[in-house]
Amino acid sequence: MTILNFNLNSIQYWQTLPPDWPGEFWWHWLVFTVIIIGFVLLLVMGFIYIERRGMGRMQARLGPNRTGPFGLLQPVADAIKILLKEDIVPTKADKLVHWLAPVIAFAPVLMVFAVVPFQNGAVLADLNIGILYVVAISSVTTVGIFMAGWGSSNKYSLLGAMRSVAAVVSYEIPLVLTIASVVLIVGSLSLNQIVLAQDIPFILLQPLGFLLYFIAGCAEINRSPFDLFEADSEIVAGFHTEYSGMKFALFYLAEYAEALAISAIITTLFLAGWRGPLLPPWLWFTLKVIIVFFVMVWTRTTLPRVRIDQLMALAWKFLLPLALINLLITGIEVLTLPAALPWVMILANFAIMVLLVLLWSKFFRLGGGRVEV
Amino acid sequence: MTLALSVKEIATKIEGQFPGSVVEPSQDSLVVDRESLFEITQFLKTSPEFDFDYLTGITAVDYYDYFEVVYHLASIKHNHSLIVKTRCYGRDNPTLPSMISLWRGADFQEREIYDLMGIHFEGHPNLTRIVLWQGFEEHPLRKDYW
Amino acid sequence: MALRTEPFVLNVGPVHPSTHGVFRMRATLDGEVIVNIEPVFGYLHRGIEKLAEERTYSGIIPLTDRLDYLASMSNNLAYVLAVEKLAEIEVPERAEYLRVIMVELQRIASHLIGVGSFLNDCGAFFTPFLYMFREREKVVDMLDMVSGQRLTYNYMRIGGVSQDIPDEFLPALDKFLKQMPGFIDEYDQLLKENEILLARAKGVGILPKELAINISASGPVLRGSGVKWDIRKADPYSVYDRFEFDIPTGTVGDCYDRYRVRVEEMRQSLRIIKQAMEQLPPGAVRSEVPHLLRPPVGEAYGHIESPKGELGFYLVSDNSIAPYRCHIRAPSLINLTALRDMMIGWKIADAIIIFGSIDVCMGEIDR
Repeated sequence: MTILNFNLNSIQYWQTLPPDWPGEFWWHWLVFTVIIIGFVLLLVMGFIYIERRGMGRMQARLGPNRTGPFGLLQPVADAIKILLKEDIVPTKADKLVHWLAPVIAFAPVLMVFAVVPFQNGAVLADLNIGILYVVAISSVTTVGIFMAGWGSSNKYSLLGAMRSVAAVVSYEIPLVLTIASVVLIVGSLSLNQIVLAQDIPFILLQPLGFLLYFIAGCAEINRSPFDLFEADSEIVAGFHTEYSGMKFALFYLAEYAEALAISAIITTLFLAGWRGPLLPPWLWFTLKVIIVFFVMVWTRTTLPRVRIDQLMALAWKFLLPLALINLLITGIEVLTLPAALPWVMILANFAIMVLLVLLWSKFFRLGGGRVEV
Repeated sequence: MTLALSVKEIATKIEGQFPGSVVEPSQDSLVVDRESLFEITQFLKTSPEFDFDYLTGITAVDYYDYFEVVYHLASIKHNHSLIVKTRCYGRDNPTLPSMISLWRGADFQEREIYDLMGIHFEGHPNLTRIVLWQGFEEHPLRKDYW
Repeated sequence: MALRTEPFVLNVGPVHPSTHGVFRMRATLDGEVIVNIEPVFGYLHRGIEKLAEERTYSGIIPLTDRLDYLASMSNNLAYVLAVEKLAEIEVPERAEYLRVIMVELQRIASHLIGVGSFLNDCGAFFTPFLYMFREREKVVDMLDMVSGQRLTYNYMRIGGVSQDIPDEFLPALDKFLKQMPGFIDEYDQLLKENEILLARAKGVGILPKELAINISASGPVLRGSGVKWDIRKADPYSVYDRFEFDIPTGTVGDCYDRYRVRVEEMRQSLRIIKQAMEQLPPGAVRSEVPHLLRPPVGEAYGHIESPKGELGFYLVSDNSIAPYRCHIRAPSLINLTALRDMMIGWKIADAIIIFGSIDVCMGEIDR
């Protein structure tokens, strides 16, 4: 614990190294790239373990418990198995696109972590447009998913890929609008600044924003109840139906890394990031990420799946108006309320959230949806 | 208890409606002529007295000389039942009228009889094999199939 | 400018997670909307009707296990009822009660799978399914006690049942009867009023009352459409006329109604088992029936209310040791007749849950 803490501190020291040091700032980038990849891979393995064991508990069964103590080595065994599997490419597949898709889907997810602070200043690149960068980069994954769906030459894959594109295009809007209301309070796009500004976690100041971001985030990264890009009971496995071996592993990794990325961004934006008493900051950060992910696992085991038109209706009729209203209210509050009285804002925002959600659930009915053909 | 209607009474009624159509009113089933089968079943379905709105099942039996096709009729409203049978002779191309315009429940069952027994149902919109593959030539439930 | 689109054909199955076996739907889709759908059967055709013509009357009972393998007790019963009708065999009182208990337990087990897999098709990722399997396991254990098998029981015999129940059966059944109502409440808590489930299943895949009768639908599919028709009441077989129970029915005939009818039927089955257990008389469980039974020339149609619907056996005897003809009226097959009417215009995701709500078993469809 202390060792890594020391490392992170010394990284700050490296960052301040004079440019005449051999390699200049390259050391910083090299070390952080290694740390990020290690962090993502380790936590993805941890997520797989949490998801499988947690789901086991929730579903009145045991879950994997044979490999290693408490089944801890199950993700390792899975990884080895999946890497040794034969790589099958369909005859009619667009070979290049099929090959390129997992890479394009995975790389942007890893790039998101470049701006996520693990501790004050412990960032690969503290971009002053950090959150904008996250939004821009994370939607590139969809291109990879669509390439997978198209390149597989499989109708199920194509259906899944088209659902994915439709969902991401729709859900990006409420996602960005809720981010905007956070940015409005902080006055900076840098993720490090956003964390530093959270003396009170923004989940209290922006309860509706948190809710909308969580829903939209889940929809964007294909978590239940919005997992219909790979709805196993409908379109088999969606875009990765035709993938096996290493390429499938990359998609699998990308899926969990996306969940990790969204959890990390939720932690950073709404849960005060690395800030917390007693424990070292990176541990706080990891703990919060795991808690957010656990909520995602929870919804996965609890809720049935929505349909594609209901998914779109939810984005445009529910999330978008609420996100706009939230942005407006936040703007008014930032302008009028004195900054010294955050409790007023907290209470007002909670009241507004309850009111709006109740109101909209009266307006808004899913169901039906038969089309005359 | 579902009442099994008296075949004798129905036979006389049908004989009055369609003369010469009843072949043999046996103990528990009404054997009717192939030519007037459709009119009789239509009468049984639509007449308010019988009101056989529910076709429980269709099946066929191969007796070498002829195929006997058995219709189990029931009425949900009156809770009574009747077995109507008909015989079609000839092994090469036995044909019967399809019941699909009266009871759509006959759809898959007639296809199955066509598939396994080789009886053609005229007026069936999609009389193709159902359990065996297209292109299979025999009809396995016939007694001479080994 | 109008966008030029064209429909495409999607093969749902034969190997697909939600077709409950090897079933294929050739779906023509316009985007996600189903324009046309054509069911394709026959991947599990084993020719049971033909095989039955070569076997002795008692030798057919194991074959019937393989029809609807999720409810083999019911298949056994339907077959032995037909044979007993054909050969006019009396069944001891105790055997009749045991049959009712087993068949109702089997109905609970089958509905648990039916409801569980329906919810699974809705996308509730295996949670309700596994909860229901937990209780099905108890039923299967009890049926294992009496028959020594967990899936293909082969328990009923012509003129009774194969053996009397062991001593530990009734305590286990008693415990199960006490626990199960609580578990059914638990299933209701899981998803009964879940907003997403209501949005997905209410009003989806409506089978109107008239159409349901016209296509000869039976079982929960018919009752979900609001027709109060249950063979156990309409034409009581065995000793069903001695028990009190209700027939739950739906109102509109959508997927949600069919799901509710199944859940309510489980409660009614518990009621029947409870009464049967209290009235269970002592005595023999099997009457003397020759091994090579030669029923008189004639024919008989025995039908029961199996978990999937009306299961009937039509037997023709020529006074030999094997039936001349054995026809099986399979409810799963006939319930699928209106598949096209129910699915057209809905999305592919709805097609999956409509198919799941019909609750078919491929072993019975293809035979």
